[in-house]
Amino acid sequence: MIYNLKYSRYNESSILIEWKAIIDENILQDVLRFKFLIENNNIKQKVEVISTYNSLLIVYDYAIDSFNSKIFTLKSLYLQQNESESTKPSHWKIPVCYADQFAIDLENFSNQKKLSKSEITKLHSDTIYTVFFIGFLPGFLYLGGLDSRLFLDRKTTPNLNVKKGSVAIGGQQTGIYPQDSPGGWHIIGNSPIELFNTNSNPPCFIKAGDKIQFQSISVSEHNTITRSLENSLFNLKSLKCD
Amino acid sequence: MIKVLKSGFYSNIQDQGRFGYRNYGVPISGAMDLYSCEFANALLGNSKRCATLEITMVGPKLQFLKPTSIAISGAHMKPKLNDVPIEVNSVIAIESNDILSFGRLDKGFRSYLAVKGGFITEQVFKSRSMFNNITKTKYLSIDDSIGYLDVNREFKNSNAHVKFDNSILDSNNLEVYKGPEFERLSSDQKNRLFHSELKVSKLNNRMAYQLEPLLENTLMPILTAPVLPGTIQLTPKGQLIVLMRDCQTTGGYPRILQLTEKAINVLSQKTTGKRLKISLKD
Repeated sequence: MIYNLKYSRYNESSILIEWKAIIDENILQDVLRFKFLIENNNIKQKVEVISTYNSLLIVYDYAIDSFNSKIFTLKSLYLQQNESESTKPSHWKIPVCYADQFAIDLENFSNQKKLSKSEITKLHSDTIYTVFFIGFLPGFLYLGGLDSRLFLDRKTTPNLNVKKGSVAIGGQQTGIYPQDSPGGWHIIGNSPIELFNTNSNPPCFIKAGDKIQFQSISVSEHNTITRSLENSLFNLKSLKCD
Repeated sequence: MIKVLKSGFYSNIQDQGRFGYRNYGVPISGAMDLYSCEFANALLGNSKRCATLEITMVGPKLQFLKPTSIAISGAHMKPKLNDVPIEVNSVIAIESNDILSFGRLDKGFRSYLAVKGGFITEQVFKSRSMFNNITKTKYLSIDDSIGYLDVNREFKNSNAHVKFDNSILDSNNLEVYKGPEFERLSSDQKNRLFHSELKVSKLNNRMAYQLEPLLENTLMPILTAPVLPGTIQLTPKGQLIVLMRDCQTTGGYPRILQLTEKAINVLSQKTTGKRLKISLKD
């Protein structure tokens, strides 16, 4: 499907392309398809493409001489077909421990939503989520697909130090904190998996367009995975489903 | 090697930043005032990509353990070599054990110390720019050591004729482009943005500068979208937040304006309480 896109100058060296402002999987596919085309069309030039739900921001490493001709090139590029394999999404199973020692807000969440802890963790881990993009913090995944029965407004007072790996729900979203950080979401579990690693290239093994599912694990399994990660014995590929 | 005798208020290594990693949520970072950073490098004949020391408000005290050449550009902080005042924007020869110190901040907010060949510190994702959770440290501390190349000091001072653009330090005008959500503002809001005097709030750092006063606002948050250094966001409370080099890669507040590259450099040189105007470019 061909969407009606809006092209505009963002600053001296970047162009913003916008789709309709909704969260939609078909739009995501088109955003990622176009992103891939742009990156592969600019191998000789330095260019960085930031993607979100409905936008691409193309940042060039130089000031753009003529915006009109750049936009013209982009518009014709958009109409090209691409049948490349590199955008093929992966499906991951991410282990999460929902035990009380990690799930510091689960009790309160359960009271507010009038759902038992096991109902909450079942609803949370039954869903297959779509990774829309990475933003906010290095390695923070914007996930779509949270069951509406788990929607709960953010806390009025944020936690000053949410622990790395915390799995949380805020409003209509769920996510994993890739590092210690302040945050206002309700913490319902913890994943031992490192979503962002400065020693890897690329630093995130999950990419926009991928699917993920949470897999409930015990405290001892959480400890085992943490230890094997510390000793570099854990194979991230083992999390892949396909 | 340099030995840090005193760290100063906030001294950190910065280069051009990490281009190409924002899609993983990694901020670009880089020198707040890229112009002054590049200028100091140019004086030494360095590549513009060389890492410099960004010095904020109160300078450090540094001891050089081997000969080199340095240049300091940006804010005026009364630099001294072995207690003798030295010029900014000029090449200074350094001997072993020389001590560089700084005095009172005279003008601007951030100074850039370049060393011949650039500082050699930890490099992550092709950049030495310090950033929390990406590099091991985010600023210099007392007793730290910073490496630099052993270089032949004999070189032609081919850039001696370049003149520092003082408007980076003197200008009170921020030139802007319209942001993606600019047209959602009422004509009254637009009027107030361009015709009132704004002030740098005490909430200013490498991530963002907040400007005062509040701008009465009824715009709703947007679907999380890309942002860049220089993006001015308007929060539901009416705060004007100018994102700076260490900003997040995406944001959910309306992006009403976008600073030009030069305006980001100009704003980087402003301290709390400084008065500013905003004007549309073109």
